[in-house]
This record gives sequence, structure tokens and C-alpha cells, in this order.
Amino acid sequence: MTFLPAIRYRFMKDIGAPAAMRFAKIGKKRSARPPDPLFAPPLAATRRLKELIGRHYFLSRYAPGAMPVAWVTSGAPVEILRPFGYYTLYPENHSALCGAQKVGGRLCAHAEEHGYSPDLCSYARIDLGHALTGNTPVGRLPRPDLLFASNNICQTVLYWYKILAARYDIPLILFDTPYRFGDAEDGPDLEYMVGQMEAIILQLEGISGRSFDREAFSRTIDLAKETSLLWGRVLATMKTRPAPMTIFDAFAHMLPIVSLRGLESARGYYRLLLEELEERAERGIGAIREERKRLMWDNIAIWPRMREHANLFASHGMAFVTATYTNAWAETTPLLDPGRPLESLAKAYSCVILNHHLEHRLNLMERLIREYRVDGLVIHSARSCKPYSVGQYDIKRLLLERLSIPSVVIEADIADERAYAEEQTRTRLEAFFEALENA
Amino acid sequence: MHYAAGIDVGSLSTEAVILDSEARIVGESILETGFHSTRAAEKAFEAALAQAGLPAEAIEAAVATGYGRISVPFAAKRITEISCHALGAWRLFPDTGTVIDIGGQDSKVIQVGTGGRVLDFTMNDKCAAGTGRFLDVMAAKLEVPLGDLGRLSLEARGEATISSVCTVFAESEVVSLVARNHPREEIIRGIHRSIVHRVVSMVKVVGVQGQVTMTGGVALNQGVVALLSEELGRPVRVPAEPRTVGAFGAALHALKNGA
Repeated sequence: MTFLPAIRYRFMKDIGAPAAMRFAKIGKKRSARPPDPLFAPPLAATRRLKELIGRHYFLSRYAPGAMPVAWVTSGAPVEILRPFGYYTLYPENHSALCGAQKVGGRLCAHAEEHGYSPDLCSYARIDLGHALTGNTPVGRLPRPDLLFASNNICQTVLYWYKILAARYDIPLILFDTPYRFGDAEDGPDLEYMVGQMEAIILQLEGISGRSFDREAFSRTIDLAKETSLLWGRVLATMKTRPAPMTIFDAFAHMLPIVSLRGLESARGYYRLLLEELEERAERGIGAIREERKRLMWDNIAIWPRMREHANLFASHGMAFVTATYTNAWAETTPLLDPGRPLESLAKAYSCVILNHHLEHRLNLMERLIREYRVDGLVIHSARSCKPYSVGQYDIKRLLLERLSIPSVVIEADIADERAYAEEQTRTRLEAFFEALENA
Repeated sequence: MHYAAGIDVGSLSTEAVILDSEARIVGESILETGFHSTRAAEKAFEAALAQAGLPAEAIEAAVATGYGRISVPFAAKRITEISCHALGAWRLFPDTGTVIDIGGQDSKVIQVGTGGRVLDFTMNDKCAAGTGRFLDVMAAKLEVPLGDLGRLSLEARGEATISSVCTVFAESEVVSLVARNHPREEIIRGIHRSIVHRVVSMVKVVGVQGQVTMTGGVALNQGVVALLSEELGRPVRVPAEPRTVGAFGAALHALKNGA
């Protein structure tokens, strides 16, 4: 850490960022809008969320020099980095953001011009498109000092991060999680992963020239666990009928649990959100005004179509109340144990659904369908995400056989808005609504 | 007497069906959709009315379906063609368990339950190779009227192999087969085999149950129907006029619910 950037960072954190956030709000104060015919009034917490995201990306620009910057995959055990004081950014989150702002296709095209296949994940293509051109809707991303990836979500991240490592000429830390073909608890796989963690700590000590603060690590684990439990409770409010939020809201509110895990700000945010949702649940305020059917979503969001889909589903009285995707950050992190930090970290991160056999995913979906009283399932077959999309037709058939749960498959993409056929998707969804209404 | 109408505005053709209160067809029409789908819907409706000898005021309820369903201003309700084909096919053949609809621009397989309810469905709406469009392109390339494809393929003694799964590339394959003087009938049969393979893999996704009924314009092609039946290992039934099943289903919905 050098002196000047550190002072600049501190100044931006305490004075610059709050001022910028206030500035962004100027002119946005609108007079009271008429009540929306489809949705309940927006959650008050959403404003805090926007501030949190804005601040996170804004401050990241001032991190270089003041603190080391790491780019991390969504499934990497980030807790291990926290005691070293890294400013962490999530390229997947940034790509989702680009997708939501409908600039994903343009960034993908940049990567494709450099020879990356259009069949490659759009999160990767957007990130590589950004790395190649510097284009981003958030202004500017800081150059990373370190890359941290885990293959518990897919194999693509390995090659994607290797390309970044070569491009920025920086170290890449990989955490390899053997695929779980069965449900065996411990054994050589766990030993192997704990061994890697120990090696990663040594590597980080070497890179940073600092020794690993085990106490701070323990506190981080504790904080991450509590935040994850809070996120689980946020999602669980949707068990109430009518649900006080829908999965479209949850997609937006998941940023802190993904990107700010192990930090105080994420915990504080979910306390706030949970309080508001519990109050709405108690008062019987549903996120959509007329909740007729309750649905489950499978796979990552279609970020570029969030608003259109939220409107389409709400206008048919269809409320998404659970999703395998949002649940992924509540499913295994409760396994975290500050008493056995490395082992519990290895378990929590290797047991995620994408690193697990199909029967596990099926059982999880069955449980969610029962607990959230789901009437139907919408399966997003995502062009980008092969590990998530493989097996979906079997899941569809088996859930119909076991629970008589009807479902529909829509073909789209997570962040490349070009891979979406409006009319065809609408027809499929409307046919599904008709079948649900007549069931 | 009460009357109801169903209008199916598809990508290539628009159909209208008028039913009396006993669900008997008293008028029907089939027109090309062309550029203006609202006009096509109106024209088809007028033609069906003329056939029935009814004024427009006699129609108490109209339901629109098909990709152009939103551009039918006189329809009180819009229902997807999936629900309409299911209901229409079930009404024509009440033991129908599976509907295969191959239309101009997409193809779908629908599992049908009692009363014509949709239990499950799958669609190919991404690729022209499993649709009527594929046959259209190939017929033009072979200089054969679309309506003759079926008869000619049944006369074939052998079968050419078309391996491309893409309409555009299959077209070049056909060109080279023609250049090598491959018998035209055999090429046509190969083309039919290729489309049937695409459809059968879709059928397997939802699974076949009960009797199979085929709807949509491609059902007029006996060559495709014969191969489909061969590949599925069970008979495939075709209504007398498979192209209007969607409009018929829409009209049944209109009759049932008063739209």
C-alpha cells in the first residue's frame, strides 16, 4: 500500500462516494406516482441496494494502490481473501449488469471479433470484451492484481481466468472442487480441498507479504455465515401467500450475497431487507397485486429481459416464489463453521448444486416445490450455461411424473440479448399459462 | 342460432372457421397471410362468412390464435395455437393423446389430456429444418409443386441421404444431388426423412401417448405422414383438412367460453 492512493481511497470512501450517491439522486425525486396496477409499491430497501451497488463500483476505481484488487468467480471461497484486505470484484456480476443494461451483445461481439466462439458463455465473452476494449457501463473497472477462481460452477471459468491471467500478467489462484457423484460426506475429496486451501493461504502470504490473520478469517466466516442465513430468511419470506417479493426482485437483491459476502455491508443490507419483507408478509402485502399461481424458476436469470418478464408474469397473476439460482447462496453456506473454517469452507463450496449429481438437484427442487407451494416450473435453457442447462428435459419429465408439476422450457441466454426470440418465447409462456389455468 | 369464429393467423397462411352452436363447421377459409396480418385476418373471416352465408353480426364470439393473434382487432380473446390445436384435434379424434403440428414456420408436439387440455408441449421455433418452410424451399429447388412432393416420394424406390440439419445447407446438398442426376423421387424421400427425424426427436422429448394426430399444412404431404408413422411405429391420423385445426380449436374456445 502506498501513502497517496490510500489517502485518496479513504477520502472517496468517506466523502466522495456519499457525495456521488447524493448527486445521482438529484432530479430523481419524482412526485408520488399513481399506484402500479400490477405491483405493490417498490420496496424501500431497493434504494439502499442501488446505493450499495453504485458505491461498490464507484469506490473500486480508487482501490488500486490503496489496496490489492482481486477478480473472483461467484463460486470461489472469497472468505479466504478477506483477511488480506482485497477489494473484490465479480466479473460475472459485472456481466449480468451489462446484460441487464442490454449492452451485453455489444461486448460479446468485441470478444467474437477477437476469435472467441459465440458458443462460449456470455459472461465470459462480456468480460473478455471488456478486457479487450475497456468498455463498461459502470465507467471503469480497476485492473486486477489477483484472480481467484473455483470450478464448482463450471469449467469455463478456468480457461476464462487463465486468459485474464495472461492478459494482465498476474497470479491466478484456482480452487478445484471434485464433482460430487454421490452424497458421501467426508473422505479424500475433502482432504484434497483442505490441502488446497492451506496451499492457497501460503500463496497469498507470499503474494501479499503479510501473514494470515486466523482470527480475522474466523470473524469473516462467521459474518459470511450469518449473512447467508439472512439471505435464506429473505428468500423464505416468499413462502407466505401472497409472497412479499418475487424472484425477479430476488435476482436484483442477490448482488450483496454474491459480491459482498463476508463484508459488514452485506449483512447490514439483508437485515434491513428482511425486516421490510417480514413486515409486508405480516400485513399480507403481495409483490404482485393478484397472485393466482406460484412458480419456480430454474437456471440463471435472463438479465436483459427482467423487466418485460416481470410485467408479463405479473399481468397473468403468476408469481415466481422460488428459484434454484437464488437459493444457491442460501443452500450450503449455513454449513460454514468458524470452529472448523477450512473444512467447512470446502464443504460449503463443493456442495453447490452445479457441482452435484442430478438426483441431488431433483431432490432440492422437489423440496422447494413443496415448501413454497409451487404450481408450475419455468425452465430457462440458457445458451451460455451448459452445466445448468444439461439435464433440464429429464428434470422436467421427472418432476411431472413425481409431483405432477407442469413446466415449460424457454430458450434464451443469461446476458447476450441477441439470443432471444421475443414472439416465440411469449407464445411458449402464454401456452403454459393457459395450461396452468385449465389444470 | 349462435355462431362462433376462430381465426388462426400463421406466418404463412391465415385460416378462419365458423361454427354453429352444435360445433359444426359452417364456413372455413384459407388464405396467404402476406405482409398485412390484420387484413389477412379480415379477409379470411369475410371469406368464411361468405361460405356460411352469414353476416358478421351473426358471430357472437371470435377467438384469434397463431403468431398474428394480437393483430385481429375483432377477436375478443387471444389464445395460443398450442391450446387451439390440442382442443381442435381432440374434438376431431377424442382418443388423441399426442398432437404433432408442423406449420409453416414452427413445429410442435403436444400431449393432450381429457377434454383437449394441454398436458405438456415442446416446440421447434429456432430452426426451419423441421418445418413446412423446409419443404417449401426444397420444392422450389426441385421445381416440383409443393402439393406433388408427397405423391412423388411414395413412388421412390430408394432414398437419398440428406445429412445437413440446416435448411440452407441442405439446399446445397440437394443441388449437388440434382447435379449428379440422382432420381428426383429419391431426393424428395430423403428430404422427408430429414424433416421427420427432426420431428421424431421432438416427439421423444415429451413422449408419445395415446393416438397420434397430425395437424398443420405439412400433414397434407402423405410422404411425410407415412415416414412419420414408420419412425414412430404407430399410425398417424390426419383430419380431412389439417390446416384449419388451429382455427377450429379457436372457434371451439369461442363457443365454449363465449370468448
